[in-house]
Amino acid sequence: MPETTPSQTVGPYLSIGLPWPDGPDVVPADEPAAIRIHGRVLDGAGEPVPDAMIETWQADADGRFDHPDDPRGAVASGFRGFGRCPTDTNGDYEIRTIMPGSLPGPAGGTQAPHIDVSVFARGLLHRVVTRIYFEDNDNSGDPVLASVPEARQGTLIATRTGDGYRFDIRLQGEGETVFFDV
Amino acid sequence: MSAPAELRLPRYRRDPEGTHPPLDSAGYRSTALRHPKEPLIVLPHLLTEVTGPALGPGRIGEFDNDLTQGHAGEPQGQRIIVTGRLLDGDGRPIRDSLVEIWQANAGGRYRHTGDRWPSPLDPNFDGAGRTLTDSEGRYTFTTIKPGAYPWKNHDNAWRPAHIHFSVFGSAFTQRLVTQMYFPEDPLFSQDPIFNSIPDEKARQRMIARFDLDRTEAEWALAFQFDIVVRGREASVFEDEEDEH
Repeated sequence: MPETTPSQTVGPYLSIGLPWPDGPDVVPADEPAAIRIHGRVLDGAGEPVPDAMIETWQADADGRFDHPDDPRGAVASGFRGFGRCPTDTNGDYEIRTIMPGSLPGPAGGTQAPHIDVSVFARGLLHRVVTRIYFEDNDNSGDPVLASVPEARQGTLIATRTGDGYRFDIRLQGEGETVFFDV
Repeated sequence: MSAPAELRLPRYRRDPEGTHPPLDSAGYRSTALRHPKEPLIVLPHLLTEVTGPALGPGRIGEFDNDLTQGHAGEPQGQRIIVTGRLLDGDGRPIRDSLVEIWQANAGGRYRHTGDRWPSPLDPNFDGAGRTLTDSEGRYTFTTIKPGAYPWKNHDNAWRPAHIHFSVFGSAFTQRLVTQMYFPEDPLFSQDPIFNSIPDEKARQRMIARFDLDRTEAEWALAFQFDIVVRGREASVFEDEEDEH
């Protein structure tokens, strides 16, 4: 059987090849239920990371995926579910999307609404993966959040702002974001 | 709502130790302030992880897999064809899947404001391409062989020639960004990014193979580079797995 190709860093010049004009637009501007998620990527010295890119993947508002491996049956909703945004010179990113629905979890449980995030950057030899939860949802029964030490759970929870949610990503140091081994 | 029955989901094999680079890799200085110091937490493969975006159709222009096109003239350098298959670890082709590449020009210069070393830009080369795999997982790019270039990681540091590749696979677990290298590059021995892969055999999997059969007479050399993303665990019931 073929063996996995190793990961390598995107390097400093990912902006040549990866950003798309509509990358941050998981939903179009006229989507009535659109929310803005924005934040800053920071390094271990608290400095912004201006050459990173984040990617997001999520269910639709009903908690469904347009994908053949969703055993509940794929839904052809046309919802892209995917967002991609490079950070700017301030280390900031933003995407426009909708609140995902809650999802079935293991053993008949429920996962709170969440978005999976990959972070790529110069200096990251492999993507790092995190999850965005939302402070105004009931996250209490979520099995993934529950697997995270309580003191660090807050790093996974986006906070409400005037026009959406804020989710900063601290790669290292105080308040380091929880990253997952996928 | 009644409690849903347990969903049967595919599960993806974790790669053997040494396949991927450690996030903290002392030889590559940029990792110093960018690697998490807290341990990673194991993420089970639930619905969001076993699904992934179906990207591509509608995103690909006619010449997007030919980086030598789209300008007033031909780019400088050695024209090459890079071809291969996108497979999972069980040998299954991943069809209709987006493959994106970016690279330096023949002189080792990127078309990026941050790249200022004294090698000229080429007005006929941008260095970005994208394509979709076909029904057998195959992709093909026509481009020019990128040059090596200096960087400031250590004294007299040079990156071996490489092409950046980005692939999705069919699930979030399979997302992969890598670099394709060229055979017998004398710069491998001093490159901390290439050598960040602990397993020697895994490292060799990033090196393309010269492919005489795919060369085009009087036109282009050819290299073959298969990209393999993670395969699936054999299907098991959770209680069966517990017995092992």
